[in-house]
Amino acid sequence: MAKILLEMKNITKTFPGVKALDNVNLKVEEGEIHALVGENGAGKSTLMNVLSGIYPHGSYEGDIIYDGEVCKFNKIKDSESKGIVIIHQELALIPYMTIGENMYLGNEKGKKAAIDWNETYGEADKYLRTVGLQESSRTLIKDIGVGKQQLVEIAKALAKKARLLILDEPTASLNEADSKALLDLMLKFKKEGMTSIIISHKLNEIAYVADKITVIRDGSTIETLDKSKDDISEDRIIKGMVGREMTDRFPKRENTVKPEVLLEVKDWTVHHPLYSERKVCDGVSMKVHKGEVVGIAGLMGAGRTELGMSVFGKSYGSQISGQLYLNGEEVHLNNVRQAIGKKLAYVTEDRKGNGLILSNPIKINTTLANLKAVSSHGVIDRDKEYQAAVEYKEKLNTKCPTVEQNVGNLSGGNQQKVLLAKWMFAQPDVLILDEPTRGIDVGAKYEIYCIINDLVAAGKSVIMISSELPEVLGMSDRIYVMNEGKMVGELRREEASQEVIMARILKSSKGE
Amino acid sequence: MDKAKVSVVVKKYTMVIALILVTLFFTWKTGGKMLLPQNVTNLIAQNAYVFILATGMLLCILTGGNIDLSVGSVVCFVGAVGGSLMVNKHVNTYLAILIMLGVGLLIGAWQGFWIAYVRIPPFIVTLAGMLIFRGLSNVVLDGLTIAPMPDNYLELFNNYVVNPLGGNGINLTCMLAGVLACVIYLVVVFNGRRSRTKKGYETEPMAGVVVKSVIICAVIFAFMFRLAQYKGIPNVLVWVLVVILVYAYITSKTTIGRYFYAVGGNEKATKLSGINTDNVYFMAYLNMGFLSAMAALVTIARLNSANPTAGTNYEMDAIGSCFIGGASAYGGTGTVPGVIIGATLMGVINLGMNIMGVDSNYQKVVKGLVLLAAVIFDVVSKKKSQ
Repeated sequence: MAKILLEMKNITKTFPGVKALDNVNLKVEEGEIHALVGENGAGKSTLMNVLSGIYPHGSYEGDIIYDGEVCKFNKIKDSESKGIVIIHQELALIPYMTIGENMYLGNEKGKKAAIDWNETYGEADKYLRTVGLQESSRTLIKDIGVGKQQLVEIAKALAKKARLLILDEPTASLNEADSKALLDLMLKFKKEGMTSIIISHKLNEIAYVADKITVIRDGSTIETLDKSKDDISEDRIIKGMVGREMTDRFPKRENTVKPEVLLEVKDWTVHHPLYSERKVCDGVSMKVHKGEVVGIAGLMGAGRTELGMSVFGKSYGSQISGQLYLNGEEVHLNNVRQAIGKKLAYVTEDRKGNGLILSNPIKINTTLANLKAVSSHGVIDRDKEYQAAVEYKEKLNTKCPTVEQNVGNLSGGNQQKVLLAKWMFAQPDVLILDEPTRGIDVGAKYEIYCIINDLVAAGKSVIMISSELPEVLGMSDRIYVMNEGKMVGELRREEASQEVIMARILKSSKGE
Repeated sequence: MDKAKVSVVVKKYTMVIALILVTLFFTWKTGGKMLLPQNVTNLIAQNAYVFILATGMLLCILTGGNIDLSVGSVVCFVGAVGGSLMVNKHVNTYLAILIMLGVGLLIGAWQGFWIAYVRIPPFIVTLAGMLIFRGLSNVVLDGLTIAPMPDNYLELFNNYVVNPLGGNGINLTCMLAGVLACVIYLVVVFNGRRSRTKKGYETEPMAGVVVKSVIICAVIFAFMFRLAQYKGIPNVLVWVLVVILVYAYITSKTTIGRYFYAVGGNEKATKLSGINTDNVYFMAYLNMGFLSAMAALVTIARLNSANPTAGTNYEMDAIGSCFIGGASAYGGTGTVPGVIIGATLMGVINLGMNIMGVDSNYQKVVKGLVLLAAVIFDVVSKKKSQ
């Protein structure tokens, strides 16, 4: 048996209120490619952040044994000096700097007061050739494509003398050919003795490169599969990823679906706002009935948020085309105000960034999207506003001393309720809920589910975008599956299961 | 009262307390000269432009810590236009005032357009404006000072409110106005409180309201008494009060006022709530142009001339008052009353040091330190509360 390069023993990491990692164990042999798989939020990235020192020693429990010694990393520099280099999902390159400058950023060649640019660019060029790039290292990052940028990241890692390379979703934004090239590069490095850890959702890619696969679910290691001994078919891996018991975590709901179609989207295509050649939604069609909860499942970056936001008054994307029907009538919503006027609401996945004004009280947040209702001729009736905020606070059971409390001081679950209150106060017919239970505890989740049930019981429709498959399965009347900007499946509640959804996603990723 | 309550009160009224302490300090240091009737009147006349500009600057700062560097130059330019119209061209005074306000609005629209719809950073646009309008003032004035202003113009700003009631050494009209102000204040406060109790809403404890009302009425009364001992109510005070009251109302009671806070608090969330954030930025700078013109009106009246160096550093006085008065450098928080307190604090420090005869270079040092201290206090106390 080959030497163990890295062993992570009983790693436990707790965030306020959440156990992100619970006794995770990971063993990586020297010279292998080790894959880490799991659903969104299973704890893969957290584990890698522990390893690289982003979460410093002492903020977690357990040991990291690397190259035979126990390591206590306090910052990224510490782990990098040992040769552990992590390449994050979002590329961390500065567009208006050259490739060479980016590669040696924070690690400059020459003296502190005098950077040796000849050596920088000379060395950089050497590493670029190693990863198969022919570009000069004096090219600006913004002038090369995403695929090549990913290779620059790898070259940058090599320049740091990496022994253990960690790639977090390296092919998420790459096309087929670039992905293949990248994976082949990994195999080439393996032959040269490099050890790698790859995190990926694309199981076909994992089957192609990985020697061992560790499955993480809900913050715990489930199993490690060895290519030489075990069955590593996609079905086998999926079973490990999602194999959790479905208990009654969801409140019961009578069937409230009415036959009339409230919202319909036809052939909806949205381009990325900056890279206008990229389609984030591609010919998407969907229907929502009155009183129905429609779930949209998919992995991160599948285009679900982009779909929701572009339908909501074109608040995302460029060159939007396609038809939108409300109550059977075609409508053109060019801004958010019109969308709200047509009784649409979009409840963002990013409640702190896009949803709430944290420095303002609950009261002000509640009425922001519908100030009309509490004002006349542009003058706000503060008593009325207070009353409205209190009414929704009680309706949604938000826990706070008063509605004068700043939203920033509330817990995540209560913030989510304020956000829901804000949009319910706008009196919509169709609510698009984007990750309505992200980052909140189980009890609060249950309450949010109850609110959703109340909404559809009152004849509203809910489109629920969620990365948590059990939630989609437990709450939806009908489920759409999205992947890479396309609708790749429509399932009735009865025929849907985690395996079926995952299989749809993975099949479409392969282009079948 | 227990300790926690005291600290809450202290925190809420930090700047008021600071203002009182600073006033007491200078009163002591100047042997009471600070509070002589003439000096109290001067405080208003000297700082009228700061009150007006700071109110406008607050709206800009609310949208996200954006400042307007051009206000000093705009004051000078609008003043130059007004001066040459009234003195050189003999245009009717009231028409000239309207034209000046119109020019202010145009300048505001010009800067607001670039900031709001083309998204040029406000710092750049207003820095450019600072140069452009300072230069244009010189062009309009031909580098000369225009003086004196017409009498009916000076009447509007420099005179005192007529006193039909007379009074021996004490201006009775002024006292009556003081009493009226107190009565109106009390009626508004207690009426609001009563209606809130009736509807079953939470209200502040009665004791606190009474204490607050007594203090505020005492201050109003003492202030008006001092003015009455001199020449009565300066006209410019009426102008300033109108601006303050209108903007205090807009920022606290209207939907457009709410939008300024929302944009500064979280622009993305505001946009996703169906509010046109571009228009909010535009309004802030359009309004700043308008209030700059207002400030120009009082400035050329006080100087009794339009000259090419008028308005120098006015932007700094306005920005400083906002931050001292509790506006956040990141936007989203700040109130008109707070800014007025900030401006008054700066004015008191200025006046006090002038009476004491402090070297003007040291005066700048002190003002700089006060500004820095106020913002440090804001940032640190926010960090703590997180």
